[in-house]
Amino acid sequence: MTKATSGKTHRADELVTVSGVSAHFAVRSGLLRRRTGTVKAVDGVDLVIRRGETLGLVGESGCGKTTLARTILGLRPADEGEVVFDGHVISQLPPRDLKPLRRHMQLIFQDPYASLDPHATIGRSIRAGLDIHGIGRAAERSAIVADMMNRVGLDPALADRFPHEFSGGQRQRVGIARALVLNPQLVVCDEPVSALDVSIQSQILNLIKDLQADLGLTYLFVSHNLAVVEHVADRVAVMYLGRIVEIADREALFGAPRHPYTQALLAAVPQPDPTHRRTEAPLAGETPSPDVDYQGCRFRGRCPVAIDRCRTQEPELAGPVNGHRTACWRVADGL
Amino acid sequence: MTALSSPMHSSASPAAPIAPVIEVRGLRTHFTGETGIIRAVDGVDLHVRAGECLGLVGESGCGKTITALSLVRLVSPPGRIAAGEILYDGRDLVKASEADLLALRGDRISMIFQQPKASLNPVIQIGWQVAELFCHHRGMARRAAWLEAVELLKAVGLPAAERKALAYPHELSGGQAQRVMIAMALALKPRLLIADEPTTALDVTVQAQILHLLRGLCRDFGTALILVTHDLGVVAETADRVAVMYAGQIVETADVVPLFAQPAHPYTRGLLHSMPVQGRRRDRLDAIPGSVPPPGLTMAGCRFAPRCSFAFERCHAEPPPLVGLPDGRQARCWLAIPEPTRSRSHSDDVARPGQPD
Amino acid sequence: MTHQTTPGTLAPAGTVDHRPRRSGLIRILRRLARHRSGRIGGAAVLVIILMAAFGSLLVPYAPLKIDMAHRLLPPGASHWFGTDELGRDLLSRVIFGARYLLLVGVYSTAIAFGGGVLLGLLAVAGGGWTDMLVMRLVDIMLAFPYVLLLLAIIAALGPSLTTAMVAVGIAGIPGYARLVRGEALSVREREYVDAMRVLGAGTLRITLGTILPSILPALVIYTSYVMPLAVLSASALSFLGLGAQPPLPEWGAMLVSSRSFLATAWWVVAAPGMAIFLSILGLNLFGNALRDVLDPKHS
Repeated sequence: MTKATSGKTHRADELVTVSGVSAHFAVRSGLLRRRTGTVKAVDGVDLVIRRGETLGLVGESGCGKTTLARTILGLRPADEGEVVFDGHVISQLPPRDLKPLRRHMQLIFQDPYASLDPHATIGRSIRAGLDIHGIGRAAERSAIVADMMNRVGLDPALADRFPHEFSGGQRQRVGIARALVLNPQLVVCDEPVSALDVSIQSQILNLIKDLQADLGLTYLFVSHNLAVVEHVADRVAVMYLGRIVEIADREALFGAPRHPYTQALLAAVPQPDPTHRRTEAPLAGETPSPDVDYQGCRFRGRCPVAIDRCRTQEPELAGPVNGHRTACWRVADGL
Repeated sequence: MTALSSPMHSSASPAAPIAPVIEVRGLRTHFTGETGIIRAVDGVDLHVRAGECLGLVGESGCGKTITALSLVRLVSPPGRIAAGEILYDGRDLVKASEADLLALRGDRISMIFQQPKASLNPVIQIGWQVAELFCHHRGMARRAAWLEAVELLKAVGLPAAERKALAYPHELSGGQAQRVMIAMALALKPRLLIADEPTTALDVTVQAQILHLLRGLCRDFGTALILVTHDLGVVAETADRVAVMYAGQIVETADVVPLFAQPAHPYTRGLLHSMPVQGRRRDRLDAIPGSVPPPGLTMAGCRFAPRCSFAFERCHAEPPPLVGLPDGRQARCWLAIPEPTRSRSHSDDVARPGQPD
Repeated sequence: MTHQTTPGTLAPAGTVDHRPRRSGLIRILRRLARHRSGRIGGAAVLVIILMAAFGSLLVPYAPLKIDMAHRLLPPGASHWFGTDELGRDLLSRVIFGARYLLLVGVYSTAIAFGGGVLLGLLAVAGGGWTDMLVMRLVDIMLAFPYVLLLLAIIAALGPSLTTAMVAVGIAGIPGYARLVRGEALSVREREYVDAMRVLGAGTLRITLGTILPSILPALVIYTSYVMPLAVLSASALSFLGLGAQPPLPEWGAMLVSSRSFLATAWWVVAAPGMAIFLSILGLNLFGNALRDVLDPKHS
């Protein structure tokens, strides 16, 4: 295992430290699929996930939140920068060297239908992690699986059933059990409830919170749904076009958002309260394509308060370390 | 808010009846499958007036989309309308000929779906797809139809409409494609627009724009809007009246403000309490236990009874009817019925704070 | 059945189907039995299997017994299908021939299936250069005209029924390899394969444990196309004298040895000809039904 080599110190309470991470995708076009450009899906992100906390990662489609999550899990290499997990630099490790670390970081998928192997019984799916890492003997594995099924609210007697016999909410419980069976430290939840019905979402959100309390898990909770993130997260990072534009404790971010994008995002969520209708949409335009080279602030085209400086200079995430940080010139200048 | 002060809203009271644009009575849509008949829509009554927006809410499999498709007779086999009337302009669409329906759809009644790009023709420039409607239904010349189409694309807020009219669907973003769909759906100023999850595939900032556009245009044109969605936030934001569906039936209908202020049916109440709401954070959500019954499951009593924390014996034995409550509300719940034989009065039940679990 | 409950997660009866579980195979057989062409094709396949298994018990005459006194008899009470130019009972020969059809069908398809799956999965699991090498090999095989490929293999191995089976089998490998590679590449992008990767599974485990089971239905469907074609090809080879050799009562071989008597005794050709026609029809009907039943769009 490679030890962290960067000059930075890694504090003991930091489970994951992301420094200057970028993820690039080649843009190909024409008959020969020649590489004609690069999309920076994630562009220079610094982030810390502390042990035992839930870090919410919020953004709209195409903002790079899923790519960032997959880079943190080592599922794709970082094209720039470094991901340090529990003292190990994982961002450039080949899959073989990553395997021992895999059991410590797991993923809960968005789609409970696509993420379960339709040809495997749910017992086999849940047990897979134990089989792969050779944990315990057959009987012990079955006992661990049964215990995990109980924890997530599934009857262990159903272990020999196939996924198609289950509802979406129950499948998501299977996916959670599969991720937790290895007793991981970090669990990335990638939109874990957005494919579920409203009445089921709350069951799964409660379960995710209960399991964190029981098992001492650290969550990176990726979602486009601000209400859901407010419900589960301790700290929240907001992404726009590959950059983190604001990061703060939950109360600060939802109570006193500073970045104009965060403010618009919060205002755009339809509230279940017909007496407080908005008279107009809080933000015009749409997220532009990420394959353009930006000069200045990426949000300025849609920003209602942009100034000249936003056109020429890109704002950095500024603010106290571990405090409320915002990438906006107007916030930096004290508005 | 504007929705509440609009003349359409006040006309919803029984004092000033305006004939509904469309009225559905006792609609049943059945699917014949390997395991028998699935009653996807099982006795639905609804109506919507000109300029009014009816929110049809429910979770997946509740029958809301099948209801919407049944209204325009777009349910394809093995599904079929087994019973009921769909009254439009004094005609029963259930009995109408396919030719009559073809003339209605896209002209007097139109639809918008969740995936706008799937509904657009990928090999025709979007301007022509809009213009084609004017040529076909209004007999306009191509040149005039094109100009009209560009005007319409401007009206739905398509950026650089003159240039974008020449674009093909794949060159548009999801929000732009949905704007084009709205333009096509409203091009002929239909009397009824059915929008099935029109913003579910869109980002939240774009969703807000599209909902405002849709609501505004329908009100301007006097088009009745049936908004099918799973999202109570969208309903609260957009609808004048709401019908909540569960397991193929409407369990509650009410004007939007009283529905959210005082839901009469335990399911509605459960849905509202189980949602995480921005700015009203609680440590735990009040989840509705269990999950939606699979379609086709036959139950003796109330379909929500197995998940209902207020259910008592009668709920499991006898299905409750949809009963009328004061203010033109309706609920399908034994507890909502003011019945002298019951010890508790109706107002107690309705006013009681919902605490599922 | 009662349901395990934890606070707030009670599931009412009906969310999981608590009827006794039926395995996938029985479900498929039941659906086949309800399918019209499935019933007809299934019956045909069953008849072929019965004839192949119990042929020697069913035949009224020894299939190889020459009886020059009764040569070229038309169909009648003693010889239902008539006799051939050497006085052999055609019914007995047709019944006996079923085993060669089954043999050819099973073995040649097995060779094609096994070889194709191996090459296809190797290409996908190996990736990069391995993938390119394997697929170029497959392309070269596919570039040969089918019959020429068969003839080349037989020229190398010498004509016999076994050779014909092997040749048809080898000729079927590239088709399978391409299918396996294509299906495996698409399955590899599914989220549940990602899930295995997240858990730490290696390429071998993912390929054999997750991808292979996922592409099996597609392979079965493809086999339902390939098997009748393989049987027909082997019969054609025998007809050309490159497969089963007389006096073996293989249907294709029967056709060739009798064809000069067609003008005077139609039945010598009609018996094996109809046997080939009906069995291929049966296999195809069965294959159609199998496709309907296995196709995820129908279930």
